[in-house]
Amino acid sequence: MIQLNELTKRFADIVAVDRVSLEVKASEVFGLLGPNGAGKTTTIRVLTTLCKPTSGTAFVGGHNVLSEPIAVKNLIGIAPQAINLESDLTVRENLEFHGRLHRMTRADRDKRIKELIEFIGLVEKQNSPVEHLSGGMKRRLLIARALMHRPKVLFLDEPTVGLDPQVRRKTWEMIRELKTKGITIFLTTHYIEEAENLCDRVGIMRKGRIIALGSPMALKKNIGETIIECREDNGYGYKFFKTRDEAIRYAEGIDCDVIIRESNLEDVFIKLTGERISD
Amino acid sequence: MINLDFYTIFWREMLEIRKKLWRFIASGLVMPALYLITFGWGLGRGMRVGGGTYLEFVLPGIIALSAMNNSFSGVAVSLNISKLYSKTIEELLVSPISPYSIALGKVFAGCVRGLFSSMLLLLLGLILNVQIHITAMFFAILILTTFIFASFGVIAAMVTKSHEDMTNFNSFFILPMSFLSGTFFSPSGLPEPFSSLIMVYPLTHASLSLRAISQGQPVSAVSLLILCLYALAFFYLAVRAIKNLEI
Ligand SMILES: Nc1ncnc2c1ncn2[C@@H]1O[C@H](COP(=O)(O)OP(=O)(O)OP(=O)(O)O)[C@@H](O)[C@H]1O
Ligand SMILES: [Mg+2]
Repeated sequence: MIQLNELTKRFADIVAVDRVSLEVKASEVFGLLGPNGAGKTTTIRVLTTLCKPTSGTAFVGGHNVLSEPIAVKNLIGIAPQAINLESDLTVRENLEFHGRLHRMTRADRDKRIKELIEFIGLVEKQNSPVEHLSGGMKRRLLIARALMHRPKVLFLDEPTVGLDPQVRRKTWEMIRELKTKGITIFLTTHYIEEAENLCDRVGIMRKGRIIALGSPMALKKNIGETIIECREDNGYGYKFFKTRDEAIRYAEGIDCDVIIRESNLEDVFIKLTGERISD
Repeated sequence: MINLDFYTIFWREMLEIRKKLWRFIASGLVMPALYLITFGWGLGRGMRVGGGTYLEFVLPGIIALSAMNNSFSGVAVSLNISKLYSKTIEELLVSPISPYSIALGKVFAGCVRGLFSSMLLLLLGLILNVQIHITAMFFAILILTTFIFASFGVIAAMVTKSHEDMTNFNSFFILPMSFLSGTFFSPSGLPEPFSSLIMVYPLTHASLSLRAISQGQPVSAVSLLILCLYALAFFYLAVRAIKNLEI
C-alpha cells in the first residue's frame, strides 16, 4: 500500500530523510519510532504530497506521490503533528468543510459527521468552536477529520502527543478499531509503548535513517529477549540475553545490584545507537 | 462539467464573515471614514476641483482605495496566518482540490470583502449627498479592482516567508500605491518621471476610471485593458504561487 525506495529529502544543509526504503502492506499498522528530529514528520510530508522528495521514489496505493498527487490525495487521510483545525469554526463545521473539500454529497456528509462525532465522543461539543476544546479533544477531532472522506490509508503524526495516559489508551482503541475496518495506518511516535502496543511493524528512525525494521517481537528477539540492568558507578549497564535462564545464570555470577526484565523497543534503540529515544 | 470546487473555499470564507459580521463591517468602515473626514471635510472643505467639490472628486478614489485595501489584506493576512501559524493551508493542499480552485475561492472571497467596503462607502456618499454618477461600468471596474488585489493578496501570502515580510510587502507596494495612484489628487499634475511611473500602478487606472464615470465621462479603453491584463496576470501568478508552495 505504501512503498518507499531510497527516499531522500534534503533541506538546505541537513538530510532530513536519508535513503529510506520500506513497504507497508494493506491494513497493516506501521509505526515510525524515533527521537525528535529523526525525520518522521518529513517522511509523512513526502508521502502526503506536501513536500517533494529530493531523490528516490514514494508510492501510495501504487500511485507515485510526485507524478500522481491527486490520485494519492484521494486515498489518504492525515492527522498532522501540528493541530491545524479551523479554530473559529465549530466541530461540525470543521468536518463539513473537510467533506466538501473531498466533494462528498450533503447527505453523505451529514451521515458521516454523525458517525464520527460519536466515534470520537464529541457529540455534546459538536456545535462548540474548536478553540474551546481541550487538547485531547482537538487531537481526536483531528483524527475524525482525517477519516471524514473514508480514506484507505491514514497518516497519524504523533497521534497521542501530550495526552494523558487514559486518553492515550482511548485513542489507541480507536486506532485498533480502524485497523479492523481494513484501513492501512502509518503513524509516527516517540513513545515506546505506543509502537509496541499498536504497530504490526515498526521502523526505528534516527538522523534520517531507518536503523531497524520489523515487528516489535522480532526486533526484540534480535537483541535478546531478556535484559540485565546493572547499576554501575556512572549510570546503568545493559546486557542482552536470548533467554531468561541465561540471564539468571549470568546474574548469579556477578557482584552488583541487577534488574532482570524483558527487553523493549527502547533497548533496541539503545543497543543500536548507545542513546535513549526520549530525553 | 463546470468545476465548482472553488465554491468550497468560498463557502468557508463566507462562513467566517458571517460569524464576525459586525467586526467585519466596523473594520471595513474605519479607514475609509477616516479618509473621508480628513480629505473630504478637513483638507478639502471649500476646495473645488474641476467644477465639483473636493468630496465629489475624492470619493471615487477612496472607493477604489478601500476596494484595494480590503480585498488585498482580507486575503493576504488570513492566508499568511494559515500558511505560517495555523497551518490550515495544509488541509487545502492535501485535499484533491486544485491550486486553481483554491486561488479562485480565496480571490472571490477577497472580492466580496473589497466590494462590501466600497459599497458601504458609496452608501456613505449617498447619505452625505455627494453628487456622483454611478453606472454598471462603475461596478464592473470595482469588481475588476478587487479581483486584481485579491489575487495580489494570494501572491503576497504565498511568497512572504514571515510576518515581517508581509509588513514590508505592505510598505513597499500597497502604501505607495495608496497615496500615489490618483486617489487624492489628479496624477496629471505630477512632474515626470512620476506621472508616467504612476500609470504603471493598477490602482491609478481604477481610480481614474471610477472618477471618470462619476463625472459622467467615458472610461478610457486603455485603462480598462490594463486592468484586465493585470487581473489575468495576477490571477495566473496567484495560481502558480499556490502550486509551487513548499512548506
Ligand atoms: N521545512 C524545513 N526546513 C528546514 N529543515 C527542516 C524542515 N522541516 C524539517 N526540517 C529538519 O529536518 C529534520 C527532521 O525533522 P522532522 O520534523 O521530520 O523530525 P521528526 O522526526 O518529525 O521530529 P519530532 O519528533 O520532533 O516531530 C530536523 O532536523 C528538522 O530541523
Ligand atoms: Mg515530527
